[in-house]
Amino acid sequence: MTVLLETVGLTRFFGSVRAAEDLNMRVEQGEVVGIIGSNGSGKTTFLNLATGYLKPERGRILLAGQDTTALPPRAITRLGVARSFQIPQLYLGMTVLETVLLSLAARAGRIGIWGPLKRQDRNKEGVQTLAQFGLDMYAERRVGELPEGSRKLLDIALAVALRPRLLLMDEPTAGVSTEDKFEVMDTLVDVLSGSGITTIFVEHDMDVVQRYSQRVLVFDQGLVIAEGQPAAVLADPEVRRAVLGHV
Amino acid sequence: MRLLLVVALDGLTYASWLFLVSAGLTFTYGVLRVLNLAHGNLYALGAYLGATLVLRYAATGYTPALAYGLLFVAAVIIGLVVGPAIERLFLRRVYSRDEEVQLLLTFSISLILEDVVKLVWGVNPIFADMPYSYLGRVRLGGINYAWYPFLLTAIALAVGGLLWFVVTRTRLGKVLASVIVDREVSLTLGINVPRVYTWAFAAGAVLAALGGALTAPMFSLAPGVGAEVLVTSFAVIAIGGLGSIGGAALGSLIVGLARSAAVYFFPELDLFAIYLIMALVLLFRPQGFFGEVEVRRI
Amino acid sequence: MHARARTAIYFVLGALVLLVGVPLLLSGWILFLLTVAGAKALAVLGVVLLLRGKLLTFGHALYYAVGAYAAGMAVKYLDVREALVLLALSLLAGVAMSAFLGLLVARYRAVYFALLNLAFSMVLYGILLKFYSVTGGTDGLGIAEPTLAGFRLGGSSLRLAMYELTLVLMTLLVYFTYRFFASPTGYTLRAIKDNEVRVEYMGVSVWRAVYVSYIIAGGLAAVAGGLIAISVGHITPDLAFWSQSGEFVFVAILGGTGSMLAPVIGSVLFEFVRNYAFELSPYTWQMTLGIVLLLIIFFLPGGVWSLTTIAWKRGGR
Repeated sequence: MTVLLETVGLTRFFGSVRAAEDLNMRVEQGEVVGIIGSNGSGKTTFLNLATGYLKPERGRILLAGQDTTALPPRAITRLGVARSFQIPQLYLGMTVLETVLLSLAARAGRIGIWGPLKRQDRNKEGVQTLAQFGLDMYAERRVGELPEGSRKLLDIALAVALRPRLLLMDEPTAGVSTEDKFEVMDTLVDVLSGSGITTIFVEHDMDVVQRYSQRVLVFDQGLVIAEGQPAAVLADPEVRRAVLGHV
Repeated sequence: MRLLLVVALDGLTYASWLFLVSAGLTFTYGVLRVLNLAHGNLYALGAYLGATLVLRYAATGYTPALAYGLLFVAAVIIGLVVGPAIERLFLRRVYSRDEEVQLLLTFSISLILEDVVKLVWGVNPIFADMPYSYLGRVRLGGINYAWYPFLLTAIALAVGGLLWFVVTRTRLGKVLASVIVDREVSLTLGINVPRVYTWAFAAGAVLAALGGALTAPMFSLAPGVGAEVLVTSFAVIAIGGLGSIGGAALGSLIVGLARSAAVYFFPELDLFAIYLIMALVLLFRPQGFFGEVEVRRI
Repeated sequence: MHARARTAIYFVLGALVLLVGVPLLLSGWILFLLTVAGAKALAVLGVVLLLRGKLLTFGHALYYAVGAYAAGMAVKYLDVREALVLLALSLLAGVAMSAFLGLLVARYRAVYFALLNLAFSMVLYGILLKFYSVTGGTDGLGIAEPTLAGFRLGGSSLRLAMYELTLVLMTLLVYFTYRFFASPTGYTLRAIKDNEVRVEYMGVSVWRAVYVSYIIAGGLAAVAGGLIAISVGHITPDLAFWSQSGEFVFVAILGGTGSMLAPVIGSVLFEFVRNYAFELSPYTWQMTLGIVLLLIIFFLPGGVWSLTTIAWKRGGR
């Protein structure tokens, strides 16, 4: 099995706050890995570092063996990495369909200045992509008008539309009610299964991590303190104390 | 050798003028995050009022020495009347809107003030050179140089020193720093942020008007002085870093000396020296020397 | 098909009215005003285009002046007389200049973008003034009466020809800009206004979209300058002055940014009001502009164009 993402000695401080220190991890192709940790443990910083939005002070990031430490988000995205955000990053002034069409055009490298973005065949493809996430009825609505949960899904849909080989999701169920959490994750799993996309998702909900990941990494104050099979790792009292604050 | 001395002195004078003129602009930006496009007009108002007061005063025949105080008085009047008026009546209402809207607002104020100057003072040039000529000249290293520019430099240093002291050593400075870093938290700490904004804007206005008032004795005043001042100030603070007083000082020094050198050695470049430097600095350090790069949290 | 046939009929009717009806029915002076308004609308269109990407420029008169002086100097030094060639040269000069300056300017936003453009435009102003042996300084340059596709023009035939030419060019360029705006790069520009970070995370280059938009905007303003140079017959360095840039911004906000046609409406409105109001009180003209701008900022942020959408909705189509 090839290693798709690997970090070696990744270190990043914000002043005296340790967001990552000598962080070593690796994810193999095809895996579904969950990263869990309490707030401030460095999970989002990890995603920011891995996608080039922040630069580490020390250490390297390797994508399928290629050193991407110095690359900006745009280059890393073009290498096949897509990411969703803790707070959905969307274009509030555009319609949902337009947003997806832009993502699809970006994937196909079709960023010209004359041919229209919207065309019957492309519109269809866009609607189909939205339908996978149950968002097709919002196609003509402005993104700013979407309800909170749908915005989350759209944020993830845009990443998936890029057909990456590595998908990074930052708290996909954050802000979603407990009843709906599993529904959202089931939708995602449906879309992703069989696609072969390697997935890393960051969560602080242990139930979600337990149910949907094949392997778990536990972050605490910028360090990986445990990793392994979800059931075993999440039963560990040390882990529970670090993540939940209690056993 | 004498030429170098002239270049240095001219450079220092010009640098002093630049600092006095741009300190207010960078200060306002630093605290309010707004670039006041009416800055040049405040400069002009200070200059015109200062000149008028001096001319009236000179006619009375009292001791000329007091005329200098009038320049300060003019600056304070303009700064404390027009400044808060702009901030409280207009600027305050667009803080929650896009930066572009704020720029457009200060631009519209600038358009209005342009004509206010014309309406009040007319279009004929005004020259109140008494404070300049009264100080006479001095022989320095073989050159005949006017005293007034040294006064300008002294005041520039004093202003710079005062700003530095207030910002780093006083409680007011800490309040300002707090508001700059986080407006919301400052509110919860009990700081009257709206009042801080008004006073900061007023301070910037006083500085702008002071720059104008002190320069009035050196050149003949005509409508349109404001525009060039705005562009020049922006170039200086872009070089130094928007919001940084130290940056404004450094930028003024660099530009002042460079322009002075250009005037004597590369005359074709003198108009563009400041913009060339600006372009060069921004090419290699987009945020200026002491500017900050803002990275959005995602 | 029914709707498309109807649109086609409106278009043909509109074209007839504008191309034939207007010149026949209206006076030469109004024709001239419309020509100037139409030409300047192109420069305003450039400003509007950039505003859709949240990029406000206070120096767009730079390209306006570049276009005008490219035409003027071609007449004076290269002895070019053909209007179409002059306009092509204006466009070329504008694109070259914006491609060059864009390299520095395209990485900036907000305040920096606005004022860097202002600074450069004032540098050009200074150059135009200073090198008077080449540019004519404050006296400016006169542009001799041109030919159009070979036909010599002068007096009323020049006026008519420039009106028609401006109308045709304006329509073409508005259409081109509309197509650009509907393209993926155009949508990228819109996306940049809302969320630059996300655009980068889509693997799309923000800088490229801004750079391309900047060049198009510069080209539009340069064509405007060329048209003005030929129509008015005389150009001065004031074309690059900050108040000209300010005027473009004012008209952009006045018309609104909601449509590619808004600049045209705004420009025509502005030229006509200015023509009659300036006579009344030249010392309060800028103040008037400032007050109107304030009113728009507070009460009608979408500009005059937003009134048409309101009326449209009220009309209950």
